[in-house]
This record gives sequence, structure tokens and C-alpha cells, in this order.
Amino acid sequence: MKTKSIASFLLGTALAVTTAGAAFAQDKTVKIGALSDQSGLYADLGGPGSTLAAQMAVEDSGLAAKGWKIEIISGDHQNKPDIGTAIARQWFDVDKVDVIVDVPNSGVALAVNNIVKEKNGVYINSGAATSDLTNAQCSPNTVHWTYDTYMLAHTTGQALVKAGGDTWFFLTADYAFGAALERDTTAVITANGGKVVGGVKHPLNTPDFSSFLLQAQASKAKIIGLANAGGDTTNTIKQAAEFGIVKGGQKLAALLLFLTDVKAIGLETAQGLNFTETFYWDMNDQTRAFSKRFSEKMKNNAPPTMVQAGVYAGVRHYFKALEALGGNPHDGVKVVEKMKSLPTEDDLFGKGEIQPNGRTIHSAYLFEVKKPSESKGPWDFYKLVGSVPGDQAFTPLSESKCALLKK
Amino acid sequence: MQALYAQLLVGLINGSFYALLSLGLAVIFGMLNIINFAHGALYMMGAFVAYFLLSLGGINYWWALLIAPIVVGVFGMILERTMLQWLTGLDHLYGLLLTFGIALIVQGVFQNYFGSSGLPYAIPDQLKGGMNLGFMFLPIYRGWVVVFSLVVCIATWFLIEKTRLGANLRAATENPTLVRAFGINVPRMITLTYGLGVGLAALAGVLSAPINQVRPLMGADLIIVVFAVVVIGGMGSIMGSILTGFALGVIEGLTKYFYPEASNTVVFVLMVLVLLVKPTGLTGRAA
Repeated sequence: MKTKSIASFLLGTALAVTTAGAAFAQDKTVKIGALSDQSGLYADLGGPGSTLAAQMAVEDSGLAAKGWKIEIISGDHQNKPDIGTAIARQWFDVDKVDVIVDVPNSGVALAVNNIVKEKNGVYINSGAATSDLTNAQCSPNTVHWTYDTYMLAHTTGQALVKAGGDTWFFLTADYAFGAALERDTTAVITANGGKVVGGVKHPLNTPDFSSFLLQAQASKAKIIGLANAGGDTTNTIKQAAEFGIVKGGQKLAALLLFLTDVKAIGLETAQGLNFTETFYWDMNDQTRAFSKRFSEKMKNNAPPTMVQAGVYAGVRHYFKALEALGGNPHDGVKVVEKMKSLPTEDDLFGKGEIQPNGRTIHSAYLFEVKKPSESKGPWDFYKLVGSVPGDQAFTPLSESKCALLKK
Repeated sequence: MQALYAQLLVGLINGSFYALLSLGLAVIFGMLNIINFAHGALYMMGAFVAYFLLSLGGINYWWALLIAPIVVGVFGMILERTMLQWLTGLDHLYGLLLTFGIALIVQGVFQNYFGSSGLPYAIPDQLKGGMNLGFMFLPIYRGWVVVFSLVVCIATWFLIEKTRLGANLRAATENPTLVRAFGINVPRMITLTYGLGVGLAALAGVLSAPINQVRPLMGADLIIVVFAVVVIGGMGSIMGSILTGFALGVIEGLTKYFYPEASNTVVFVLMVLVLLVKPTGLTGRAA
């Protein structure tokens, strides 16, 4: 009697599992969580604009007409890893979120990376810079779109060293991102015969850089490398102009500069800066068309930054994978595997692929900030100087320490 | 050694902002007994008024130095008349919570319309460039900030401690009923004092507009440090807050040189030490 009841119990479970499996295959509900800095120094480069980008991806996918139910929620991590992880946990446990997108701030991004893996969700990061997301700390649940510190170092950094900038002084934001960018750039500098003569680590969100700039000036380094981002970078560049640093013969290397930063600095001060991005609104007809639709919905009519563009492209590609699977299996690893097996192609980043370590490969572009006289509109800031194909811009798989590659 | 001189000077520049802001807080606390948490938001408004004057009206920096404090000061007086005056006689906590709420609302509104990354404001032509002092390159604008804020600080101190108006004001806070009996309109005086304190914050905002970004959170980042300055100097002490403002700017500058990682905590470490040794602050009197 007892064995029989166990057997029927097992049979029941097996049946339940199979029916559940069938239900998953037809399940067409998706919940997206856009986690970003909604109000701090990174809010303009990601923030509400990233949520908008995700919404536009949903609309443009046309999935609603095919019977899909897609919902987007957003959260503010305030640049604090503890808050970011708490939101991520709640989203997975209570709100049943399937995918977390954006997450600028490398410190928060790495912390959330672990949660997504633990909960077997999907993580499409666009806002964070650290190359560790697809290297030492890679995860089968993570796709890293848009850019990373390795790419920044091997484009802007390399170009400057080759142009004769062989001594460097770093101004580094004192957290995971700054450390990763300084590390990756230093590797490029030394590999090309240059030398790092010094550096300071400054706290995140510093209003006044004059002390640090004086130290950089005293170091006599040819290049002052800015391993910081957002408001920190704009303040550094503005104040460097005040202290006559560029006039004194030293060159500023803005390793990471966003469209919104150039707007905040103003062309008068920013003109001539060289930097790298993977997306600019004024590249071609497709990017202009998207940006026009985007800026019409933004409060200050700003066009998308590369981070926001990356959120859009990432979500679109995620939907392609879901469609190919025929439904949402609510299984992060499975979805990410599908995403990796499909080539990427969209209006904003062109053709590319997702490598086994989760890194999305696409072209990177070297830009120079226009002179005020060259700018024809309120957001006409960049001049294209060159481009680097994706396979040269990002970490080669042979150099990656990602555990997923050792299968 | 040269580097050290440079850091001292840079510290003095930042100290000017601390001094101007903590002075306004000290005036308001001393006269109204209100811990004005909206101070940072009003400082930010000062910078934004300067930005609007220039970008919309073509009105230059020099006029902004005059107009912005008046505009923001009037806004402050409206706040005082409509809200703060009802808190007279209540615990400090009520004023703190109300002004904190006001700060959040003001910042939220600005952030909604202008985002977080800020707007550019150029240094006025007359103050562009810099001079070589031998040990450092001093931007003329920064030198101007130090001199101008010192003058404003001393003038404010003089007004409150040495003039008849200041004497009335101080008397009114000691014993409002008695002062009223002499025919002085105490509520109006208090409103004007709040306007003055707020105007000082707006003035600091205009001064900082060309150096920092004009952005909605510029005050929120600064206000916590300024409160630490006021606590160290002694709540309500005018001279104390001026001196501590400059001194802490210098100490912070030195920390940025010797141990940069601690530069945004050193002020709070000092605050803890001062509170342990002398809870009324360096120049404060026991209540």
C-alpha cells in the first residue's frame, strides 16, 4: 500500500513537471526590471532614459500583437551596492522579474551579477564599465552590451600612447570601475612602452578636483588619464581648464565620456577631446530616426547616450531569443544561451555577436569633440575620427579568464 | 613644500564656500532657532537663477551676484511667512523635518526639468585666466572667490554684532516680548533675517556656478559637510562658523594631498572628535 502511494505520488510529480514544462513553452509573459541610478551623477547617461529605451524596445518588437504580455518596472540603486542587491532580490523573489537591464556603476553591477546568477535570471548590462563582468567574474546569466574598460583602454588609451603620450598620471574614481579602468589602461600603456608616473584615487562624486589637478600638474606627466565618469569627469575637465593644464602642455585623456557629459561641460571647454563610444545618435539614418523618436519622449529632449542605446539593443535581442524559444521558459541560463547562439543585428550597433563569456562584440568609434563653430545644433557634438572593429576592441577570448570558456 | 602651499591655497578656496554657507546657517539658527536643511537647495537655486539670467535674459555674472540673492531671498521669506513661522517655539526637530522636506521637493522639481548632469556656466571675461604665483598657477576666478567671500563674511558679522540693527535682532531672539514692547516689529525682523541667511546661500551658489556644474544636487552634496562645519564651530556662533569654514577647507585640502581616499570623511572625523571633547562646538557657549 505504502509503495503504491509513493509510486503514484512520483507519477503525479512527473506529470506535474511535464505539464509545467508545456505551460512554460507557451508562457508569453515577461517582466523587465530597469535598474539604474535614477537621480545621481549617472542618471542622465542611464536612468529614466534607459527605462524609456526598454519601453521603446518593447513597442518596436511588436510582440504585444503576437500575444505577449510584457511589463517594465524600474528601480533606483542610488549607486549603492547594498540597495542595488536588495532591489534585485525583491524583483526576483516577489515581483517575479525575468530580466534586469542597464545597471550603471560597476560596484553595483558586480554585486547584482551574483544575485542574477543565484536566482537564474537574465542580466543585460549596458551601463557598467568593468570588464570583469565578462572576464574573472563572468556568469552564464549575463550579457554585457555597449562598452567596457578593456575596450576603452585599447581604443582611446592606445591611440594616445601611440601618438607619443608615454607618461601618464591617473585621476581614478575610488571604486570597482575606476580600479578596473586604471588597471586595463595601465596594461596598454606599459605594453606600448609607456610609463605610469603616479596617480590619485578620489572619492566618487567629488565636487572639487583642484587639489588632485595640482598633483597631476606637478607630476609633469604628458597625459592625465581620467579613470572616472559622469559628473566627476565633467568637473575634472572644467577645472583642468581653469588651472591652465592643457595650455601648460599636458593632455587630458577622458577615457570614458558620454554625450551628456559633453553637454554639461560645454563645447568651449570640451572641444578637441578624444574619446571612444560605440554609439552616437548622428551616425546614420537609422540612428537618427531612432534618436528622433527617443528625444521626443525625453523630458529635456536629449538624444540617447550609448548606454541607453545599449539597453534598447539588448532588450530587442533578448526578445529575439524568446521568440526563437517560442515562449518564456523563465530559465535565465537557457535564454542567455539562446541569445549567444543568435547573431546580433540592430539599427543602433549594426551586426555583431555575443561571445561565450557574455561579451557583446560590435564596432567602436573614436570621436573628437567639435569646436563651437562646427556645431550645427543643440546636440551636434562629435566628429568621427576612426573606427575599430569589434574583434580588436574587446578582450580576445584567449586572454579572458572567464570560467565559462574552460568547458 | 611648494606643493603644500598650493594645497593650502586650494583649501582656502573651498573654505570660502563652507564659510559663506555655514554663516547663513549660523545666522538662521542663532536668530530663528531653525536648523535650515533647505540651505543646500537654496544655494542650488542661487546658481540656477544666475544660469537663467545669463541664458534667457543675457544678464551677466555681476548682476547675478546682486539679483540671485534677492530673488532667492524673497523666495526664502515667502517660505518663512507661509510655513516656518508656525513652528516657533516647537522642538528643533520640526523645523529640521520641514526644511528637509522643502529641500527634497525643490531638488526634485529641478531634477525633473534639468536632469542630473548639470548646465555649463562660463567664468566672466574679466576674471578669466590666471597668474603664476611661483608655487602654483592660481586661476583669477578662484582668488576672487576667496577675497569676495571674506568681505561678505566680515560685513555680515559686522552687521549683526556691531550695528544697532544687529543689536535689535539679537535682543529680539533673547526676549521677543520685551523687544516688541519697544515698538519693534519682531516677526518682520525674523522674516528679513531668514531672507538674509538664504540670500547668503544663493550668493555662494552664484559664486560656485562657474567652478562646479550648475546642477540640482550641487547643494545636497555640500550641505552635509556644511552642517558638520557648523557643529564644529558651535551652533549659532557667527565668527565661529566663518573661521571653522575656512579652517576645515584647509584641513580637507591637506587631506586630499596626504591621503586622498579620506578627503570626504575627514570633516566628520573632526566633528566626532570635537563633539567628544567640547559638545558645544569650538566657539559655542553652553545653552
